[in-house]
Amino acid sequence: MKQHIEGSQAVAHAVALCRPEVMACYPISPQTHIVETLSRKVKAGEVGNCQFLNVESEFGALSVLIGASAMGARTYTATTSQGLLFMAEAVYNAAGLGLPIVMTIANRAVGAPINIWNDHSDSMSMRDAGWLQLFAEDNQEAVDLHIQAFRLAEELSCPVMVCMDGYILTHAYEVVDLPTQEQVDAYLPVFEPVQVLDPQDPVSIGAMVGPEAFAEVRYLAHNKHLRALEEIPRLSQAFQDIFQRSSGGLLKTYHTDEAETILLALGSVNGTIKDAVDDLREEGWPVGSIALRAYRPFPSHALRHVVKGAKRIIVIEKDLAVGKGGIVSSDVKMALQGVPIIVDTVIAGLGGRSIPKASVIDTVKQACLEGLEEPHFLDLNWDAINRELTRQQAQRRSGPTPENILREIGAPGASPI
Amino acid sequence: MIQIRIHGRGGQGVVTAAELLALAAFRDGKEAQAFPSFGSERTGAPVTAFCRIDSQPIRSREPVYHPDVLLIQDSTLLHQVDVFAGLAQSALVLINSTRHVDALHLTDFVTQHPGVQMYSFPASDLAMKHLGRPFANIGMVAGYAVLTGEVSKASVNQAITEKFPGKIGELNVTVAAEVYDYVAANLAKV
Amino acid sequence: MSYQRVKFYQTGTFTVGNRLLDESNRTVQAGMDRTNSLNSGHRACQGCGEALGARYALDAVMRATHQQMVAVNATGCLEVFSSPYPESAWQIPWMHSLFGNAPAVASGVAAALRAKGKTDIRVIAQGGDGATVDIGFGCLSGMFERNDDVLYVCYDNEAYMNTGVQRSGSTPPRAWTNTTQAVGKDPGNPMGIGKNLPRIAMAHGIPYVATASVADLHDLEAKVTKAMSIRGARYIHIHVPCPLGWKSDPAHTIKVARLAVESGLFPLFEAEGGEVTDRTPIRKKVLVEQYLELQGRFKHLLHPRDEGALEAIQAMADANIHRYQLLPLKA
Repeated sequence: MKQHIEGSQAVAHAVALCRPEVMACYPISPQTHIVETLSRKVKAGEVGNCQFLNVESEFGALSVLIGASAMGARTYTATTSQGLLFMAEAVYNAAGLGLPIVMTIANRAVGAPINIWNDHSDSMSMRDAGWLQLFAEDNQEAVDLHIQAFRLAEELSCPVMVCMDGYILTHAYEVVDLPTQEQVDAYLPVFEPVQVLDPQDPVSIGAMVGPEAFAEVRYLAHNKHLRALEEIPRLSQAFQDIFQRSSGGLLKTYHTDEAETILLALGSVNGTIKDAVDDLREEGWPVGSIALRAYRPFPSHALRHVVKGAKRIIVIEKDLAVGKGGIVSSDVKMALQGVPIIVDTVIAGLGGRSIPKASVIDTVKQACLEGLEEPHFLDLNWDAINRELTRQQAQRRSGPTPENILREIGAPGASPI
Repeated sequence: MIQIRIHGRGGQGVVTAAELLALAAFRDGKEAQAFPSFGSERTGAPVTAFCRIDSQPIRSREPVYHPDVLLIQDSTLLHQVDVFAGLAQSALVLINSTRHVDALHLTDFVTQHPGVQMYSFPASDLAMKHLGRPFANIGMVAGYAVLTGEVSKASVNQAITEKFPGKIGELNVTVAAEVYDYVAANLAKV
Repeated sequence: MSYQRVKFYQTGTFTVGNRLLDESNRTVQAGMDRTNSLNSGHRACQGCGEALGARYALDAVMRATHQQMVAVNATGCLEVFSSPYPESAWQIPWMHSLFGNAPAVASGVAAALRAKGKTDIRVIAQGGDGATVDIGFGCLSGMFERNDDVLYVCYDNEAYMNTGVQRSGSTPPRAWTNTTQAVGKDPGNPMGIGKNLPRIAMAHGIPYVATASVADLHDLEAKVTKAMSIRGARYIHIHVPCPLGWKSDPAHTIKVARLAVESGLFPLFEAEGGEVTDRTPIRKKVLVEQYLELQGRFKHLLHPRDEGALEAIQAMADANIHRYQLLPLKA
């Protein structure tokens, strides 16, 4: 049923329909509305016999799920930013143990400086942990991806992060077609674990593995991701068969046929990018865009297929590999090795900086007409940066950088947006 | 597409106003989106919320830089925050104030922006009368509805009762009804 | 208490032969039906107190739960020596996740069992003192305050032995470790720091807290058995000498453990709901020196004698004796 609903509530609704058995949660903005809603649903008896644990930390939250999943329960949590980093050790552990946990990442910047707004630094920091990472473009897809994530996780016995932009999606009210219990039940079978703690059939889980076997175990984890490259499109199709809408998959294209320049991004900024593509095409620019749905596994083959014939890819990414530049663009370059195509990196939207359509359009034109420096930072306030650099060179005790920049830019709140 | 920006302070129901507008538009069969200017603002701090209404699906998620409609729930913000930034030339501005627009010290702005239509009405007072609390958000939404007809009164009322089930919802619908009458009687139709 | 205390003692020792006891009073280990939860063939050092303590504790849990149990293990010696892939000494469903999260993982197992309605299966978590009092402390406190149905067993050998004997929050004052070297002024671990986890556990008001020692295995089994008769968060802190880290003779493990108890340095007691309900009286009080002199980690206190340190440690033991009333009051 179509409802006008907050993204977080819609996701909580979808998660509850997936019949999770254990949830362990720790508050951190902007994920809180999801777990608040779930805690109410559990307490109200709307999620069967599900256990909702309020735990002492994100590390504790994921650890609880590790135990519960190994006991054969369907498990869920949500976190973001510092919370994801605080649970980092358990993030790797859950993947290494092959436990099909589903976790929402309400994407948010990582401090310092502390910043609660959206970018992708958090999930990027865990990109190699062994979890599948799916990125939602809007709240409809956030809902749909969670349902697909449980099935994907359990078929592969591999944990899945569903990444949705913090605030931009989690706190946005928009129309979402909420699934019914019957639809979800038809799509998502009962969880049959591949390994379980069972007194009738005792096994040891989490044994030490030495050099003689570690590489093989890691390869098998990699192999799961290779299988995921096939499973993701298959389960997306299966989803469409039941829910009558297209959702998920490895990537989605927009006017890429015969496009000379293709924009590529993860998450909600793809909405703005599509608007920019429309405007540019109206002006006669042959552009298109790709929204990556799966970031891990990285859909190299699918990407090579859809960029065929294009001259330039502009990767717009909400993260920064400090000291290097783009993270997603590195993956794109590697995927397109040998393809004669220019790959530009645009670092944008850090710490909640909005990515205006006008800036996207300007950047595309600049790239096509003059080329872009690598990496290109969107809408950077160079005046403030240069003044601070000068100050730092002039005096040894130049003080804390974030505070200095804030002073340069002016009091927060004075601007309307 | 109609782009609406709402200014107020934390605790005044600014985000709720945006939600109600979007929900009402959705009940009218339109596409609508509402979101806050996300922040860690506490009660009393200036906050902004946004709403977009369109007949087409809305893909943009950037803040509303160029509002067609400006709803100002707290007139003390008029001279503290650049609430008029990026305002469209023929924008509608609705201000919650007991004072007439001419008495809000906005002469310079009004002279420079002849296309902008600016109104004020005492939304807080009207809410106070029924709720005992000066929440201006319902008034701003109802005032916008009746001035422009872009969202129907019936849908605004429905949105209010969906958002606030029970007694509170009924009281808020009463507030809205009073605002419909007040605005129709006292402010010129756009 | 549900079992009868041992009353028969062989002349000149504090041990008792199982042969002299009624079958129902014998140790779990003496039974033909013991489960060998931690099977032989593991790779613990000679004289390992932890391996001994774990074997007794787990077999007692197995008996108490009619083999319906799951164990979660923190990283540490016990985990490493028991589970080098592809061998495992565990005859029980056993899981190791991380160093600092065993209590939370166990909470998760318990939650899954609740969700599935399988409340006949019980959960224990276990770890060394580093995993318990230091790195896993947050998760442990969380498990306690939520009163999750988990028995947590800490095998306390008073330092990070798995990584090669470094100081933990449970390392005793003035003990040598590789990060509290016996050099400089006041050599060894400083006086007056460290934590007393059984008392912290009691402060959570959980249903059951007990201390135990491999010096009194019958008592250890009885406490584990009692813990398994209770629902909610339970904590047992077991003193387990480590010949490697304590620089003691592997043959002296039980003796060293006994002297810790008999000196008052490691009091044996039980607490319910935050209040001490029972203690094991000291039968023949010994001076702390007799305990310290068997361990090379305290050598610098005795050669040459550091009277100040010895007095301070003796005062700690006496304070325990007073606090827990470990000696009968003199007439």
